[in-house]
Amino acid sequence: MDACIILLTDYTFQTVALGSAILGIISGIMGSFAVLRKQSLLGDGVSHAALPGVVLAFVLTGSKNTEFLLFGALLSGLLATLFIIQIVKHSRIKFDSALALVLSVFFGLGMVLLTHVQKIPDSNQAGLKRFIFGQAATLLQRDVVLMLVCGIVLLILVIIFWKEFKLFTFDSDFARSIGFSPRKLNLLLSFMIVLTIIIGLQTVGVILMSAMLIAPAVAARQWTDKLAMMVLLAAVFGALSGVAGTIASSLVPKLPTGPCIVIIVSLIVLVSLLFAPGRGMVGRLYRHRQTRLTLKANGGKSDVSAI
Amino acid sequence: MSPQFEIQLIATLTAVACSLPGVFLVLRGMSMMSDSITHTILLGIVLAFFLTNDLSSPLLIMGAALMGVITVWLTETLNRTRLLSEDAAIGIVFPLLFSVAIILITRYAGSVHLDTDAVLLGELAFAPFDRLVVSGMDLGARAIYTSGVILLLNLLVIVVFFKEFKLVTFDPMLAAVLGFSPVLVHYGLMTMISLTAVGAFEAVGSVLVVAFMIGPPVTAYLLTDDLKQMLILSGTAGAVNGILGYQTAAFLDASIAGSMAVVTGVVFCLAFIFAPQRGLVSVLRRRKLQRTEFARQTLLLHLYNREAEDQKAREAGTRLEQLHLHWSEAFARKIVLGLQKKGCLCFDGNFIKLTRQGRQISMRNYEELFGHFDKGHIF
Repeated sequence: MDACIILLTDYTFQTVALGSAILGIISGIMGSFAVLRKQSLLGDGVSHAALPGVVLAFVLTGSKNTEFLLFGALLSGLLATLFIIQIVKHSRIKFDSALALVLSVFFGLGMVLLTHVQKIPDSNQAGLKRFIFGQAATLLQRDVVLMLVCGIVLLILVIIFWKEFKLFTFDSDFARSIGFSPRKLNLLLSFMIVLTIIIGLQTVGVILMSAMLIAPAVAARQWTDKLAMMVLLAAVFGALSGVAGTIASSLVPKLPTGPCIVIIVSLIVLVSLLFAPGRGMVGRLYRHRQTRLTLKANGGKSDVSAI
Repeated sequence: MSPQFEIQLIATLTAVACSLPGVFLVLRGMSMMSDSITHTILLGIVLAFFLTNDLSSPLLIMGAALMGVITVWLTETLNRTRLLSEDAAIGIVFPLLFSVAIILITRYAGSVHLDTDAVLLGELAFAPFDRLVVSGMDLGARAIYTSGVILLLNLLVIVVFFKEFKLVTFDPMLAAVLGFSPVLVHYGLMTMISLTAVGAFEAVGSVLVVAFMIGPPVTAYLLTDDLKQMLILSGTAGAVNGILGYQTAAFLDASIAGSMAVVTGVVFCLAFIFAPQRGLVSVLRRRKLQRTEFARQTLLLHLYNREAEDQKAREAGTRLEQLHLHWSEAFARKIVLGLQKKGCLCFDGNFIKLTRQGRQISMRNYEELFGHFDKGHIF
């Protein structure tokens, strides 16, 4: 109990918990669109590809301000997305191969640039490395404010373009036929997803950010067939796991926040896959059993399931 | 052997070893599985380390390879529930296993050499320090032997099971009907991928293994349609990337693995732009040629139709403005001049007239397009 009270009044904890909650909400919302459009792994690609942008921003500005670094990350993430789209468009290479290639090559470029940074006298690259592994504990108040601002902008955009995104996600052909430009909508949505990923980088890091994007959305998808409900649930799941992960990592020594959040959100996915009403595995198995029993009872034959 | 030579040898062996099984990943549309496996093998290594408490135990490699296969199995099991799509399944399984690994490392193995930096980033430059010493004799860097053995193993498996791999890759249904088990071949391939990844990631780190596994095969994929050639080209590209990458790194004094990945990207870009048949240049050129050819045929048919509809047009010819083809003026002029050069039409003042040859070509085109030429309708 004492630990809880100390925790709740702890400034660092509040900052990190708030940051993780905001991240959970944004990635839940944007992740829903990414997952429904089958672009889940784009998150993995973009978050790796952000590295050279981060390093280059540091080299060019010489500042470790989150805003500059994130801007660099955003640019290189967008560039990588553009490359992937062009490769798929102009050759027979498929999306997954293009993604794997671009993400690893960009990451390699980031590594090359990092060795350059190491050679700059009295520059400590620790601040840059946090973008690879993510360190929620290093979140500052201004970082949280930045996340909040970006989050609000994204939220407003989602509300403004709600109908368009919905139509575009489920029936892009129809959207095109009634006069929406799929190219522009795709660009806007991709940009928003990339922005979300970039915001999450310093909290959970490159590798775990893709989980933050995918898992809440997949969990939410199991409970509902309505997009609005799914987005709402995904945001709640994201926020829940963000806060719960922060609490767990603060209570137990030497427990990194990012992985903690990922494990909790994965548990939510597991529970949803098993127990969600309607789609859940357990309910499905139960219904199969019931059907079989009914058929057996009514049919009177022992091998009714063979029908 | 000088350390530089040893590093280049290791780099080349690793790159070639990775590039061979990668061909099948690319062809089967499973490239992102390499990303997934290279991250999750960390958990296998950590668990095996807790069992043996020995960082050089071969059990670590076994554990890692096993975890790679478990990753694939878990992903496919999730995907089979049909509650989520395949890419989402990948994106849920590997971050979870990776997170477990990171937590285990930070909590219980903080003092050991196993740290996340080394795993993710790798460092080839340190490889020559780890020597293989047998009864007091220095036989060279240990990594030469690990990567060499993995390369030989991959070569052997691919040569022996070439037919099976080919069949299962391109026609799994036929393979199943003929009695090959696609599942067995699939998991065999995945074991091979995990083993290769384990061998490589110590040197170059997990993210860059992906560059080694996917980069050369996609480059080769742009150059050939033949599986055997694709394997050979992919291996060659891997070797070139390894050596050029090292030279670049030495020149720039930068991360070796990173430079090799960048070179991989550059080599891919070159193939992407200049490949003889599938390169951007030849594709765009072909598209332009086709556009011109199509426009010429359209213009000829159009002129011919006008002649047929209106007997006078045949004597008087047609003004360019009368054509209504929705072309820009420059494009229309280009097409007309091209046709004039080929002798298909001629100018009579401002009027365009079909020549005999143009009329014949147009008729032939018409027959090619619509089958039998209906003379009664036209004349």
